[in-house]
Amino acid sequence: MHLYALTLQKSSGITAALYGTFSGARAQEVIVARCKVLELMRPDDNGKMQTVFATDVFGIIRSLATCRLTGGNRDYIVIGSDSGKIVIVEFSAEKGCFERVHAETYGKTGLRRIVPGQYIATDPRGRAVMVGAVEKQKLVYTLNRDSAARLTISSPLEAHKSNVLTFHIIGVDVGFENPIFAALEVDMEEVENDPETGEVLYEKNLVYYELDLGLNHVVRKWSDAVDPTSNLLVSIPGGGGADGPSGVLVCSENFVVYKNQGHPDRRCAIPRRRDLPADQGLLLVSSAVHKQRDLFFVLLQSEHGDLYKVTLDWKEEQVSELKVRYLDSVPVCASLCILKTGFLFCASESGNHGFYQFQGVGEDEDSPSCSSLTFESGDETIVEIEPRPLQNLLHVDDIDSLCPLIDCKVADVNKDGTPTLLTLCGKGPRSTLRLLRHGLAVSEMAVSELPGNPNAVWTVKTRRDAEHDAYIVVSFANVTLILSVGETVEEVTDSGLNDQTPTLFVGLVGEDSLVQVYKMGWRQLRSDQRNEWKAPHGKEIECATANNRQLAIAVEGGEVIYFELDQQGVLAEVDKKVPSGTKISCIEVGAVPAGRQRSRFLAVGSWDNTIRILSLDPDDCMTVLAVLAVPTLPKSAALVSMPLGRSSGAEALVLCIGLDNGVMLRARLDPRNGQLSDTRTRFLGAKPVKLVSMPFGGTGGVLALSSRPFATYCYQHSLHLTPLSYQGLDYGCSFSSEHCAEGFVGIAGNTLRILAVEKLSDTFNAESIPLRYTPRRLAIHSVSGHAVVVEADHNAYNEEEKQQLYTSLSITPPLPAGSAAPDEEEEEGPPLMEANVGVPRAQPGKWASCIRVVDPASKQTLSILELADNEAALSIAMIPLRDREGEIFVFVGTVKDMTLHPRQLSAAFIHVYQFTNKNTTLALVHKTQVEDVPYAMANFCGRLMAGVGNRLRIYDMGKKKLLRKCELKGLPTMIQSINVVSPSRIVVGDLAESFHFIKYNRQDNVMMVFADDVSPRWLTAAAVLDVNTLAGADKFGNIFVSRLPQEVSDDVDDAQLLSSAVNEAMALNGAPCKSEELVQYHVGELVTSLQKVTLGAGHDEILLYTTILGGVGALLPFSSKDDLDLCQALEMHLRQDAPPLSGKDQLVFRSSYFPLKGIVDGDFCSVYNRLTPEEQRSIAEELDRTPAEVSKKLEELASRII
Amino acid sequence: MTSQERFAVNYQVEHLQTKYVGTGHADTTKFEWGVNQHRDSLALYVAYDPLGHFFAVAENESLGRVKFNSLQKMIQPCGPPPPKEDE
Repeated sequence: MHLYALTLQKSSGITAALYGTFSGARAQEVIVARCKVLELMRPDDNGKMQTVFATDVFGIIRSLATCRLTGGNRDYIVIGSDSGKIVIVEFSAEKGCFERVHAETYGKTGLRRIVPGQYIATDPRGRAVMVGAVEKQKLVYTLNRDSAARLTISSPLEAHKSNVLTFHIIGVDVGFENPIFAALEVDMEEVENDPETGEVLYEKNLVYYELDLGLNHVVRKWSDAVDPTSNLLVSIPGGGGADGPSGVLVCSENFVVYKNQGHPDRRCAIPRRRDLPADQGLLLVSSAVHKQRDLFFVLLQSEHGDLYKVTLDWKEEQVSELKVRYLDSVPVCASLCILKTGFLFCASESGNHGFYQFQGVGEDEDSPSCSSLTFESGDETIVEIEPRPLQNLLHVDDIDSLCPLIDCKVADVNKDGTPTLLTLCGKGPRSTLRLLRHGLAVSEMAVSELPGNPNAVWTVKTRRDAEHDAYIVVSFANVTLILSVGETVEEVTDSGLNDQTPTLFVGLVGEDSLVQVYKMGWRQLRSDQRNEWKAPHGKEIECATANNRQLAIAVEGGEVIYFELDQQGVLAEVDKKVPSGTKISCIEVGAVPAGRQRSRFLAVGSWDNTIRILSLDPDDCMTVLAVLAVPTLPKSAALVSMPLGRSSGAEALVLCIGLDNGVMLRARLDPRNGQLSDTRTRFLGAKPVKLVSMPFGGTGGVLALSSRPFATYCYQHSLHLTPLSYQGLDYGCSFSSEHCAEGFVGIAGNTLRILAVEKLSDTFNAESIPLRYTPRRLAIHSVSGHAVVVEADHNAYNEEEKQQLYTSLSITPPLPAGSAAPDEEEEEGPPLMEANVGVPRAQPGKWASCIRVVDPASKQTLSILELADNEAALSIAMIPLRDREGEIFVFVGTVKDMTLHPRQLSAAFIHVYQFTNKNTTLALVHKTQVEDVPYAMANFCGRLMAGVGNRLRIYDMGKKKLLRKCELKGLPTMIQSINVVSPSRIVVGDLAESFHFIKYNRQDNVMMVFADDVSPRWLTAAAVLDVNTLAGADKFGNIFVSRLPQEVSDDVDDAQLLSSAVNEAMALNGAPCKSEELVQYHVGELVTSLQKVTLGAGHDEILLYTTILGGVGALLPFSSKDDLDLCQALEMHLRQDAPPLSGKDQLVFRSSYFPLKGIVDGDFCSVYNRLTPEEQRSIAEELDRTPAEVSKKLEELASRII
Repeated sequence: MTSQERFAVNYQVEHLQTKYVGTGHADTTKFEWGVNQHRDSLALYVAYDPLGHFFAVAENESLGRVKFNSLQKMIQPCGPPPPKEDE
């Protein structure tokens, strides 16, 4: 068994973000790390963050830092990863990708506690970088430049100290004196315990390490005790003179302290939320520093999401006052980046990332603030804050993030054969249920009805330099409707276009003349005159195509007539030809290339199932350059040029051909000789494919219309073919107006629609339904299609208690997510949303939970059942009960008063619910108390099988309670999943000990473990592949496939053989038989769900996985040995020729926990498409293929998945 | 193997043991072993964000708090050391 692993959507959660100038002077950019992906983002002119380039680094990025050499105008990126190397990369604007400048090995690979990489700190002047580990090791590298101004790196200097635990490291701004790094450390040797209480007593120190550039060594220069709860350091600008006082801010729970060597401490409290209990510390989790010529300030964010602005009063390196002022509240961030242009990028931990613009910098005096002066004068009153709507920030854009993605189920929600992924995302009040559909999101601008069903639509400008379209021309069966685009869209009759006949083509030629082709001829409308051309007698025009300078028409009898704009701006006949002798079905001339007189090629499709490329060069006009036989009748063609490939050279010409049988063919057209090569096919739908070329994302693209609309476009130099998440369209054309710069018009039935595609980056588009608490599990009702979600929040108040708390503390309650803003507040700016400011914390052991019924088709919540008595719902199953004629009941596993560390609870229950009110609400039938957490439940032949702690039970439905029928005790930890394979075989996934194969003996009504797994796996997800095989995922980001050996499986099914083998089971802490592992693969992110599904008609069955950071991926079984051999050979060559950016070998990364087995890494194979043509060619030669064949194979494998 | 070589091997083992914290030796106590195990695990929780998110969702805390708690726990993960036997 071999699988092809491919990421379908890269994870969207951000683990680290950096602001800087990476691609060229003055660029305002953000570098984002998404666990194993490094990405460059840039705000566009509309203030939306756009991904410029993203790459998989095949390693775990733990920390990022920028470094700029003195006098340089670009930043380098220093990556701390799990590669045991310090890696410095730069973004090459010419090549449009990251390039590694240095990779110096210093230790073992892996996420180890003493191997540096966890912390990276750079000297603000770019002279040195410190790489630190969590424990013991710290290395300092000196950076310099050589004569060619390239970055050089020295050998490392050690600053190790045994038993030292490091909390944070930063580079102190000391100007051009010797670089200093500040670290927050605890010496674990010098820990004592209070003899009375046993409390740990230790000293946390702020330590300055100085790199002596003259002597080339590192000394521990200064150390000073800080508060034991300190966790974060912020470097204060300095460097002598006007920039700042230098030094560091030490952030502890409830306090910020300014510290510097030889300077008295300035200690300032942090304003606290009123609802925060006094005994709970307030931790600061992220920071950003803004520095400009005359001022600087520090932005700190608390763990509740409140932003504080920290300012210093200072003179000549003496700080007299430290002020902390409440700024605004935004969701809690992993990283904050302040852009020089006045924007704030917030990389949220949970849910969508935010992009804000500064409206003010918090100078209003009425915002609560603290000062170090009041603290020093002995006044320790707590300054209280109440979250308020944004005052200093303006929300500009949201960047979608599914992180944390907790569970996923695939269902055909819209009943159209294309499955939807129902994903549970987010945490607390930011939770959402997101419906992911494969394809680009389409926004609908307008829909208007037409008098009949049109055949085709065009938009046309009246001048070449006009920005927007002037007319929409709609052709019906016997007339043409001309609509003018202005403030409104209305019908006009004075356009000069012929509206008495159906139209075949309308376009702009020359500077300002329109050409309209209809059956009997064409007319060209110029400002001063009108030229008409009549088709030869008795010969109607069948199809036509034109660009700005050329017009080609096909008339009955298979004749092609070609016109070109002459000196006077009049279309004049140049040549004619009968290319095939058969009827012509489609004709296409591409756009005129920039700086050229004409497009050199004309594609003609005819009824003999061929496509011919005719030359339009004056020298060999109308000669056939190439002939391509196609399987069926070509219905339409589109010729576009796209900037494909890494080389920034000439654009590639791509000819798309839509066939009668719903297949789209794509071929590369050689711009020199017109030869067609590299043909690829893709089935789009049941209807014949219509193609329209139109721009997508600023470059050429094709809209392909079959039973579903698709878009072919170029995104980040590679070609994509993606469905549009919209209903089927009959025809379309690009459209540009004041309201929508790059949209398109489409016709569907008798409606005209104005649509736009906004984001080309995502494979899936998401629609979200807000939830109240953190979603845990989800089940889908097979009859109605409704989904039931169980939500539970630890450490939170339920709705009622929350309202009481708000009232008692007289806080304006924020609106829960999903509720519409009240009308009267609209003028006062955005309302206060729970999703943005969070909710009050209760205490550990306090739960809030609800059960929600959702209709995914209408995206409506149908009912919510709030649980009382501190109960929390953790698991759900929907089971058609055998005793109740197959009626589906909902089983919800709950716990009461559960604490997490250690796990303790006062009671646990299994609730049984019945659907009522047309499957929209749930009614409690009864609840049964159980001893431990019912974490997993499943349907076992119409009965409930439940895992209660480490016991596995079968329950029957009783009148007042569930009736326990069978029990198996003594599974190792806790049952995480139950997979019913057959009526006699169950596979239980244990929380910490992997799979256990269980046999159910019907006669004796007993269950016994007969086989288990060799490795102790901390399972997070499982899926059944076949009767002997399961796929599982563990906490460390591995996916594996485990199979029972055939002889074990056969023996177990044979009742007589079984008894002797199994009765002495578990004698040696394990089952008598063991399963074998067929596949081992390290995804690199914690996998939260696994499912065996097919993503739509025409695709293969795959194993779909989702990761906690919001990634979606698939494992596809190889169906042919040839494909496998090719991919394995390709992988081998890529390992040599294209080592990953992180400096870690791909094989080592994929084998981080278990050696890679039975997998071809598709993500790594797709690196091939980003290589230079020379590298591609040399690898392809080794494989005895052409580069096109290799990438075609990769595309084919990908298209079998989705 | 000469005695000198044997000494060299010993020396190398010692060197490796000081270099790689947590490498066990014949006299490792159960407590030391446990502390090393826990510190290794906790260091991973801090280093590996997906795992941090996993805990953050379970505990309904921010990721920063989860990481901070893990680091704090590393100071003394298994409670105070047992009293020394020879005392």
